[in-house]
Amino acid sequence: MKQLTKNEKLEIIKRHTPKSKTLRNCILAGLIGGTICLVAELSRRLYLYLGVNKDDSTLLASLTIILLSGLATALGFFDRIGRHAGAGTLVPISGFSNSVVSGAIDSQSEGYISGVGIKIFSVAGPVILYATVSGVIYGLIIYIIGGISAVI
Amino acid sequence: MSLVLTFTVGAVCCIIAQLLIDLTALTPAKILVGYVCAGVALFALGIYEPLFEVAGCGISVPLFGFGAAMARGVREAVAESGAIGILTGGLSATAGGITAALFLGFFLSLFFRGREKRM
Repeated sequence: MKQLTKNEKLEIIKRHTPKSKTLRNCILAGLIGGTICLVAELSRRLYLYLGVNKDDSTLLASLTIILLSGLATALGFFDRIGRHAGAGTLVPISGFSNSVVSGAIDSQSEGYISGVGIKIFSVAGPVILYATVSGVIYGLIIYIIGGISAVI
Repeated sequence: MSLVLTFTVGAVCCIIAQLLIDLTALTPAKILVGYVCAGVALFALGIYEPLFEVAGCGISVPLFGFGAAMARGVREAVAESGAIGILTGGLSATAGGITAALFLGFFLSLFFRGREKRM
């Protein structure tokens, strides 16, 4: 393989720069998102160790992340992490909590009914709506399948 | 179950979303909705529960977990009380997370003021 000149090397680096931005974003998202899940899992094991049952400890682990990221949002450092983490803080339940808390604290100057009351659902609303709709569709399917298999 | 798998599965969930953000025109809100619906589908197809057994919070803390909790609630309620469970199961099972986030948001809005636009 032939040796590349300095210019050729620079050109190759330039050609790959936009891609490496995506790569950088993905690495940060993976590291931070993975760490949030790890913190949740460690807290879940603590709850299990303290004698909480399996289902409740899973919920409590999510609640731990909701509380921590809600507080981080109110104190203003969620944004500083989120700016670098991208999907790393968005996809875990921390993103849900951040959207609810930031919706509430950013809009309280517009009043508690038409400000907080509406903006608190700006992201949570669509998430809850489509989760509910998907759940009902799933429920209809298993109910009908259950009915058919009972008749047969 | 190992912590390495928890980290890895959680990281992969986030990397997929990051690729969707960087390479498509999908907004974060659309991605969250997509993840929640995918969580219902993963549970319905029987993929979620084995993944949870190996990865724990690696799959339950990403929003897949919210959709899966919804689907699981519906399945248990239908098994227990029939058709009415289609309506009652989902939100009952996810009430903890929703209520905690809403109450926390309201409570914090009493004490904190947003300084800049978020998200």
